[in-house]
Amino acid sequence: MREAMDPWTFVVAAYAIGVTATLAMVGWSLVSMRRAEKRRDAARER
Amino acid sequence: MHGFANPARFLRIARWLMPLCMSLGLIIAAAALGWGVFFAPAERLQGETVRIMYLHVPSAWLGMAGWMGIAGASFAELVWRHPLSAIAARACAVPGAVFAAVCLVTGSLWGRPAWGTWWVWDGRLTSMLVLLFLYFGWMALSQASEASDGGSNKAPAIFGLVGAVNVPIIHYSVIWWNSQHQPPSITMGKSAMSGDFLYPLLAATLGFTLIFAGVVLARMRAILADQQAEARLRRKARVEVEAF
Repeated sequence: MREAMDPWTFVVAAYAIGVTATLAMVGWSLVSMRRAEKRRDAARER
Repeated sequence: MHGFANPARFLRIARWLMPLCMSLGLIIAAAALGWGVFFAPAERLQGETVRIMYLHVPSAWLGMAGWMGIAGASFAELVWRHPLSAIAARACAVPGAVFAAVCLVTGSLWGRPAWGTWWVWDGRLTSMLVLLFLYFGWMALSQASEASDGGSNKAPAIFGLVGAVNVPIIHYSVIWWNSQHQPPSITMGKSAMSGDFLYPLLAATLGFTLIFAGVVLARMRAILADQQAEARLRRKARVEVEAF
């Protein structure tokens, strides 16, 4: 017997995970870059 | 390539190229995903689940491209000792691993309605999982050799080159072995796919590739800035000790 599955559940789950992971990676890379460049500038001024 | 060996010159280029890649990539990827979800048609056999393709295929490509980036940078490190090569390899590792993981998760979510199972141990899926573990191993080795080996990049560079063997295995796995996974629909200059599916897929691939490039450039800037800050603090500490 075949299970009745709603395909949109899988589509929405895939997009939620994929888009969240991509945005989190973009945000993390920008924040860590800003933080590192601030640290370098602070070391330059000390 | 040696023209970019100077970190100051690289930073001058990365300062405008990184935000350009990142913002263009986000716009194109968002538009392509919207096109794929709301305007592209459902597929005759797979129905609505085919829409997962617009996320799954770019992730698979970038998971493999990330390792090819590590392998290329490792080659440049071992042959030319290019000053930015080790930094580029380290910058490729995290986005490559993220996209390999997204590929596996979205593939599993596509497999359940399409094949009736979340996972099968066939050539394509297993070699992709091996790629994710290779990323974890490479990141651990890179951090360990940086901390203990006086900052030598030789071991991660050799690992990066040896691990590249897995990339053609992933690509050809569906041709070499019987697989639940479909064979490639797009080959050089040819596509078995209708334009209705192909164009949003190409747009999504372009968008995510630009995001990947932007993240790699941002990571390179972060690693370079960390190294410069550390070198400066070490130099100051040495001067203070000598003065004391």
